[in-house]
Amino acid sequence: MTTTATKKQLHRIDLIFNNDDDCKEILRNALSRSDQEIVNEMVNSGLKGRGGAGFPTGLKWKLTAESKEKEKYVICNADEGEPGTFKDREILTRVPHKVLSGMAMCAKIIGAQKGYIYLRGEYKFLVPDLKKELRKFHDILDELGLDFRVEIFLGSGAYICGEESALIESMEGKRGEPRNKPPFPSVNGFKGKPTVVNNVETLAHSYTILKFGAKKFRDLGVKDSRGSKVFSVSGDTPIPGIYELELGMTVQDFVDDFGDGDCKAVQVGGASGFLVPRKRFGKTTIGYEGKLTGISLPTGGSMMIFNSSRSMYNVLNNYLEFFEEESCGQCTPCRVGCQQLLKGIKAVKRGEKPTSYLDQLLKLTETMKLTAKCGLGQSVANSFSSIVENFREEMIY
Amino acid sequence: MSNMVNLTINGIAVSVEENKTILEAAKHLHIKIPTLCYHKDLCVAGNCRVCVVEQVGNHKLVASCATPVAEGMEINTNTLKVRNCRKHIIELLLTEHREECTKCYRNGHCELQALSAEYQITNQDFIDLVPDKNYTVDRLSPAIEKDDSKCIRCQRCVRTCAEIQSVGAIAVAHKGSEMKISTFFDRSLDEVVCTNCGQCIVHCPTGALTEKSYVEKVWDALADPDTHVIVQTAPAVRVGLGEELGLGLGTRVTGKMVSALKRLGFDSVLDTNFTADLTIMEEGTELLTRLKRALVDDDPDVALPMATSCSPGWVKYIEHKYPEYLPNLSTCKSPQQMFGALAKTYYAKNVNVAPENIVSVSIMPCTAKKFEANRPEMKDSGYKDVDYVLTTRELAVMIKQAGIEFEKLNDEIFDSIMGVGSGAGAIFGATGGVMEAALRTAYEIVTGREVPFDNLEIIPVRGLEGVKEATVKIEGTVEAWNFLEGAELKCAITNGLENAHKLLEAIKRGDKFYHFIEIMACPGGCLGGGGQPFPVDNEIRLQRMNALYEEDRNLPIRKSHENPEIVQIYKEFLDEPLSHKSHKLLHTSYVKREQY
Repeated sequence: MTTTATKKQLHRIDLIFNNDDDCKEILRNALSRSDQEIVNEMVNSGLKGRGGAGFPTGLKWKLTAESKEKEKYVICNADEGEPGTFKDREILTRVPHKVLSGMAMCAKIIGAQKGYIYLRGEYKFLVPDLKKELRKFHDILDELGLDFRVEIFLGSGAYICGEESALIESMEGKRGEPRNKPPFPSVNGFKGKPTVVNNVETLAHSYTILKFGAKKFRDLGVKDSRGSKVFSVSGDTPIPGIYELELGMTVQDFVDDFGDGDCKAVQVGGASGFLVPRKRFGKTTIGYEGKLTGISLPTGGSMMIFNSSRSMYNVLNNYLEFFEEESCGQCTPCRVGCQQLLKGIKAVKRGEKPTSYLDQLLKLTETMKLTAKCGLGQSVANSFSSIVENFREEMIY
Repeated sequence: MSNMVNLTINGIAVSVEENKTILEAAKHLHIKIPTLCYHKDLCVAGNCRVCVVEQVGNHKLVASCATPVAEGMEINTNTLKVRNCRKHIIELLLTEHREECTKCYRNGHCELQALSAEYQITNQDFIDLVPDKNYTVDRLSPAIEKDDSKCIRCQRCVRTCAEIQSVGAIAVAHKGSEMKISTFFDRSLDEVVCTNCGQCIVHCPTGALTEKSYVEKVWDALADPDTHVIVQTAPAVRVGLGEELGLGLGTRVTGKMVSALKRLGFDSVLDTNFTADLTIMEEGTELLTRLKRALVDDDPDVALPMATSCSPGWVKYIEHKYPEYLPNLSTCKSPQQMFGALAKTYYAKNVNVAPENIVSVSIMPCTAKKFEANRPEMKDSGYKDVDYVLTTRELAVMIKQAGIEFEKLNDEIFDSIMGVGSGAGAIFGATGGVMEAALRTAYEIVTGREVPFDNLEIIPVRGLEGVKEATVKIEGTVEAWNFLEGAELKCAITNGLENAHKLLEAIKRGDKFYHFIEIMACPGGCLGGGGQPFPVDNEIRLQRMNALYEEDRNLPIRKSHENPEIVQIYKEFLDEPLSHKSHKLLHTSYVKREQY
């Protein structure tokens, strides 16, 4: 992996995995500053949620800090379940102290004494090392006089529990089902108390911002998409792996660096993201949607590369099988919609339904996007429409 | 008063309290938004999505049942986008739903059916998912049938079972396409913690949960010339039945009901109110006996508070969830089962019919009564005491099938014997009614005077409130009961098992002490029972309740102990309350059950 990577001279950023620092000093320094100052720093950095949804992190902290409630919580979302994403595992393995420091800082600002790492069940093997790390970190907190403790909560393998309100339900011992919003967790979160739920990487970035200041972070990336991002690169690439790269690059740049020379399409953002066909590589950037950036696709970091040997029908079929199983099942458009989409493309492929049925399914995805209760059902339309619209012939023949 | 919020719906301005939802605000403007998972009795789920509306400025639609109003909000409930989405959602629900409307128990009463008619879902293009679903139908319970192929996963039953009843017999299992409403290890409702209360049925929008019907069995019995078919009717039936037969809410149809039952061919049409009065005699005496043992004999083993036992849903609940309190449960059978035991003994002898030729049918507002009649111990007459239990809804079906124009019927009166009930017996159908009836009699036995309430109406125990309390000071006792002089009888009344749960926890913690508690499994008492007509909410319960109290006011006898048939049965058959014969026929025992 390294040999090819060096050959290609990737523009890798080295903020997240850079490990030559002393988190105690950085925290001590941060604690000496006012909460307002830190929140401003976060807001100014332009950091957006790295789980994929891209909500401004500083604003989330600010909203939760504003609540007068005494009991509040910080939750680190480590339920990394999006197909093709595997970067949070790496962050928690290599630089857990950064994540914990980010949580501690958030806790201090919002006024929380308790934090949780919601770790996906499949990452159970990380627990012993994380616990060791937690003990060390708690000692540091005691030394710094910060009243904050972090616990690990193991998920049970449902994709939907990565959705923050379903995650909270799951932590409360209930079935992992998204809540009605509003109210949002910043008002009514874990145990009904104001709660910040941040992705692992988001918290690690907040540490970077504490260390280097907002400017250094803001200098990276473009317009609405500031900073760097850890990508999980998989599929038809000679160099699969985890890479920290600047946001705002075009898919073309990405493919030039990572493709195998025969790249047909790239799925940006996992199964719930968009498929970008070759003809759009140059026109699509990777980053958060914004007023100024044009066609820009957000991602939790999953970048799946498909070369010309891949059947897009199989790809879509695979995603839909995933969604059909991983929908929590509570809301109609998502639960039944996913089943209809999956059965629908099969029926068209087998000739049991006319090709025009694909258009009906596209309309159905529009309904799902408009009416599903949470991001899961709403985003099934993304991969479906981008694959069916761009590779219609592969769906039929 | 809370803050008011101004918004517009379909361009019409409306001002509502800030904690209201868009759905509630629309109601103010008489704009109907369709719903399925929403129910007034339950917390908001927001999962069916048929109530979606357009909010100007939001590119997604919002669920009106789950979205609070906000200042300046602009809502449109009838745009092309909204209609198309709703239509899609109904179509999607139909693909998971076994569409056999004409063969369905809920045909004509199904909310999904009504909605598909409203949205004219005529050309369904999506793929029928039912053939791949391996749906199962659970018919093992004697009370409730669960047909997963009719389920639309709105979770109204789940919320009912958990929130109103604190039982949790049904819950959501699995996810995605496999998501279903299930039980502990997917066992039959007959084998889990289910109390058979049937609240899930009255809250189900479709035919997924229904009562086990015995209509055909009853028709068979009526057609058999060799059987003597008798019927008893519970107090709450007469204030609900009219709703199914074209009469307005809260209409008292006692006379018409009797008339209809006679036309159906029952050999004798009798009244559960009679055994409700008998229950008062037995249970009242049991309470006074327990009080005597506690206060005079200082017997430490007396279980107080004594709890009523006429609600079979409650009985099964306590057997599962609080078996340590079983000694507190009155040993009295419910009025239905007292009636059953007497029907094949006392009644049989009186009318000179062999008990083996009697088929005893009861009409109940309740599904748990079906289970109760099938309890193995309910055979004290030497036969199955109650053969078939029909719900109010099932009786309405029979009346319709028989071609009886119900609303045109003249009033008729119950047959005798076991056909006379007092007003006290009638109010058994409302939460607080048993307490009120018991107090009317017990107070008079102990003091020789009527209860000190205007017109015998003990207002503090009435109403839909979840937990009600009353304290009755006993003064001026007659000699036999002078150990109760000056005592304050502490009572509590709950309806809905969640409230029973709250009350028992308070008693367990020692926060509360009572002598006597009345517990009804269903909200509002039997009038809100699982066998009553669809739909139900508090407004409807209140109307039925008012009708029951009106029934009481209009009866010539309003105290159980003054019921001449009660006097007669003790004289001729039972001797006295808690006699040997009473114990054999009218009292029972309970079993400890598992928690799942």
